[in-house]
Formats: sequence, C-alpha cells, structure tokens
Amino acid sequence: MSEKLLMKGNEVIAEAALRAGCKHYFGYPITPQTEVAHYMAKKMPEINGTFVQAESEVAAINMVYGAAAAGARVLTSSSSPGISLKQEGISYIAGAELPCVIVNIVRCGPGLGGILPAQCDYFQAVKGGGHGDYKMVVLAPSSVQELYELTVESFNIADRYRICTMIMGDGMLGQMMEAVEFKAREEIYHDDKKWATTGTKMQRESNNVTSIYINPEVLEKHNLKLQAKYRQIEQNEVRVETYNCENADIIVTAYGTVARIIKNVIKSAEKEGIKVGLIRPVTLWPFPTAAFEKYAETPKAFLSVELSAGQMVEDVRLAVNGKCPVHFYGRMGGMVPSQKEILNKIKEILK
Amino acid sequence: MKQLELIIAGFGGQGILSAGRLLAYAGMLEGKYVSWLPSYGPEMRGGTANCSVVISDEPVGSPILDTANVLVVMNGPSLEKFEKVVEPDGLIISDSSLVEAKPKRTDIDFSGVPATQIASDMGNLTYANIIILGKLLAKTGIVSRESFETALKKVLPAKKHHMIPEEMKALNLGHDY
Repeated sequence: MSEKLLMKGNEVIAEAALRAGCKHYFGYPITPQTEVAHYMAKKMPEINGTFVQAESEVAAINMVYGAAAAGARVLTSSSSPGISLKQEGISYIAGAELPCVIVNIVRCGPGLGGILPAQCDYFQAVKGGGHGDYKMVVLAPSSVQELYELTVESFNIADRYRICTMIMGDGMLGQMMEAVEFKAREEIYHDDKKWATTGTKMQRESNNVTSIYINPEVLEKHNLKLQAKYRQIEQNEVRVETYNCENADIIVTAYGTVARIIKNVIKSAEKEGIKVGLIRPVTLWPFPTAAFEKYAETPKAFLSVELSAGQMVEDVRLAVNGKCPVHFYGRMGGMVPSQKEILNKIKEILK
Repeated sequence: MKQLELIIAGFGGQGILSAGRLLAYAGMLEGKYVSWLPSYGPEMRGGTANCSVVISDEPVGSPILDTANVLVVMNGPSLEKFEKVVEPDGLIISDSSLVEAKPKRTDIDFSGVPATQIASDMGNLTYANIIILGKLLAKTGIVSRESFETALKKVLPAKKHHMIPEEMKALNLGHDY
C-alpha cells in the first residue's frame, strides 16, 4: 500500500480505471459525475490513451462498443438521463458479449429530475434497461476506498465473462472526499481476447463481433449460452456485507451510501436496546439471495431503506420468500432520510 | 474532542470548501477517519456554499450530517439556516466581521472572530477562512497546527508553497484571538 490520499469519489473512479489498464474513455458531461471526464481528459494524453467527449451519450456508448470489440479496456460514465440514452448500446454490447465498464452516478428522476442523490435506477440496472434477455454485473460501492477497489475489479469481471459491468453510486459518493489507499500494483486479469477484431494480417480467419443472428436456432443457442454465463456469474461473483445480523431484532437492507446511514442507526438503536442487523448487497446483480435465505427466519422483520419508491425491496421479498415480513422506507427527489426517521420507522415496525 | 461533526457555511468564494478540505486532510494525516462532503446543489453558482466534515477515531458512517457539534458560519444567512442543527453543548464560530447577528440558542458555546477584518489587516482577504479555522483548532483541538501545516503542503500546489508561512500566521492569529 502507498500513502493515503484525500480524493473525491469521481476522481477515484477515473484513477482506478487507469490503474486497471483502461486506456480509452468516451463520455458526455452531466452532473454529478463530470469529474470522471475531467480527470480522464487530463490523464489520457499523458499515457497515449484516448479521451473523447462525444457529441452525445448515444455516440459515446457506441464508441465503447467499438473499442471493446477491438479488445481494449474501455470506460464510459454518466448519470441517470445519460444512462437512459445509452440503453440501446448496452443491449447491443450484451448481445455481442463485449467487456466494458459503465459508471452511473445516479441522480433523482424521472426525466431531467434533479442532481441530488437517488437510487431510482435500480430496476433499470438490474432488470435490464435495454431490450432482450441480458444482464449486467452491477456493483454498488459505499465508500471511496471501495469505489476504487470495485472499479478495478469491474474491469476484471468484464474481461473474465465478456460482460458489461456497471458501477452504480450517487452524487454523495461521487462528490465526497475520503481517504483512499492505492495498491502499488493492481491484480489484473489478463485475457488474450482471441475473439477481438484486431485485423487478421492475413494470418487467421476473420473474427466477427455482432449481436445479429437471423436464424432462430442459432439465436436461441446464443441466448442459452448467455444464460449459462449469467448462471455462472451468479455462482461466482456475489458480493455482500452482513453486519450485526446474528439474533437481530430487525434486519435492515440498504446499499451504497444509504448503508452508511444505517451503520449510524445501528449504533443509536443499540443505545435503546434494539439490535439492528444490516445486509448490504455489494453486487446488486447478481443479488445476494443466499445471505437473505440464511437470516430469513431470525429477525421479526426486514426493512429495505432506499432512495427510491421501493425497487430493491422487490428482490428482498423474493429472497426472503415469505418467511418474514418485509417493510420498506424510502425518500425521493434527492431527499436523504435522517437517522432519526429510520430509527422511528424501525420502532414503528417492532411495536 | 472524540469526533468532529462540522458544517462550514458561507458565500461561494470565501474558501468554505477548501477550509473543510484542509481540515479533513489534517485529520487524515493524524491517522483519523475523515469525510468531506460539499453541497453540490444548483444553489452553488454565485450563492451559498457549505460542506460537511467528519473527523473521527472510528470509521465514518454517514457523511451527511443531520446534526453537527461544530458550526462555522461566514455569512448571516448561514447562521440562520444552520443554527438549529447544532447539538446541545455544541459550538458555533462566526466571522463577526460579516455576521452581525449572534446565535439565539443559549445551550451552545459561541465564539465570534472578526476573521475578515483580521485578514484585511494582513492585506489578504482570502486568509479569513484560515483565521477562523485557527479558532476552531483552539476550541476543539481536533487536529494539531503541525498537521494543518503539513496538510497545506499536501493540498496547495508547489507554486503556492511560498504562501504557507503567511497562512500559518493567519491560523495563529485566529487561534490566539
């Protein structure tokens, strides 16, 4: 480990991508993640990389498709309305099995909405915002240090499975500064990417990267292959933090920055004799179902706290599978719940 | 003080965000857990600015502060807006050159430092934020002046390092006011 630095979340994403060997960034500015692009604009020329501020988000995601098809490690970043524009490209990337990393520093919607923190893009990220039966690996860091570690890992996961991975945070995480320690050397998964369209030099058969399969038998086979890959990811890539769950009166589930608020709530609840546990999904897809199954019968209730109208709570209900009541508390529009209001909700449920 | 939960607020351009950042950096240099969160709402352009800083012996939970144990205000509207979030027995420090009003609360400790006036006497208004941080260090002891000086070296670009002695002079004037 090297010395500790105090850095903004958004800058750490960019630095982590560079350390993971990403040499190409395509994007279009939007608050609250523009610092990612700023950082890349400064650094990419120094390493002979590519920084392009595209004419739109649609153009940027298709540039990502191109770079990924050529076998490069590539990043794009945006925030909610921009991510909506990228959905067509994401579906094509999924169909063509291209590895890439997309950052969504979520803002509150719908529409242009506002720029403050939100988690209202959960459905879009984990259920498939674009068309077709596809999945993205979705990682939800809750600290600047974790933002760094998961950004590096997101490139490894992308290459290992030829899949699109998404880093999902919010403006709070992107804008905040915390201490971060970079490793002297990153562990990078190396893949020779024999499938990439790098030019045959007349020495091999040409590679074809595409998402079009007109023949239904061939397309079904392609889909079955994708699904098999997704099942494998569900086996191997689940990440979750469980905290204080043994014999908890209630288990709160929250991801990203909201989970940090819950850790404060756990302390104040303890003073009032209430044991609150936390299940924090780090991968939103694949969802950490097993962690919920393990504790499904211990607490009196589950409570999902989100900056949304209630999205992840649906997956919590599926995972708990009727074995325990599942409650929801959420705020919208950029409002963040206070510790006190969450504690009040817990008390109301346990009454 | 075991854990500082600080809100610094004032006008954009008064060095509100950089004051918070310097303090967080100094805390980090002392091996503490720190977070710094700026207001990034649309009100930032030409209007008010504030940031939340946590310096703690334990990992920082939420970087958003529902309540603060120290509030630094460098303009009148900020006192009005944030006075109510200060915990009982908390501390409010104001730049008394710019904030005429005093807190209405009687359950808190209050210090007024004419930071902008002192900075003006020094010949550089931009030191006001450092002067007021000097008072904060004196009252809370959250970080040492030595760590603050090291933070200045880390945060300021090399071409501004010649200003550090003056910055430290400003810090000491606030500290001893």
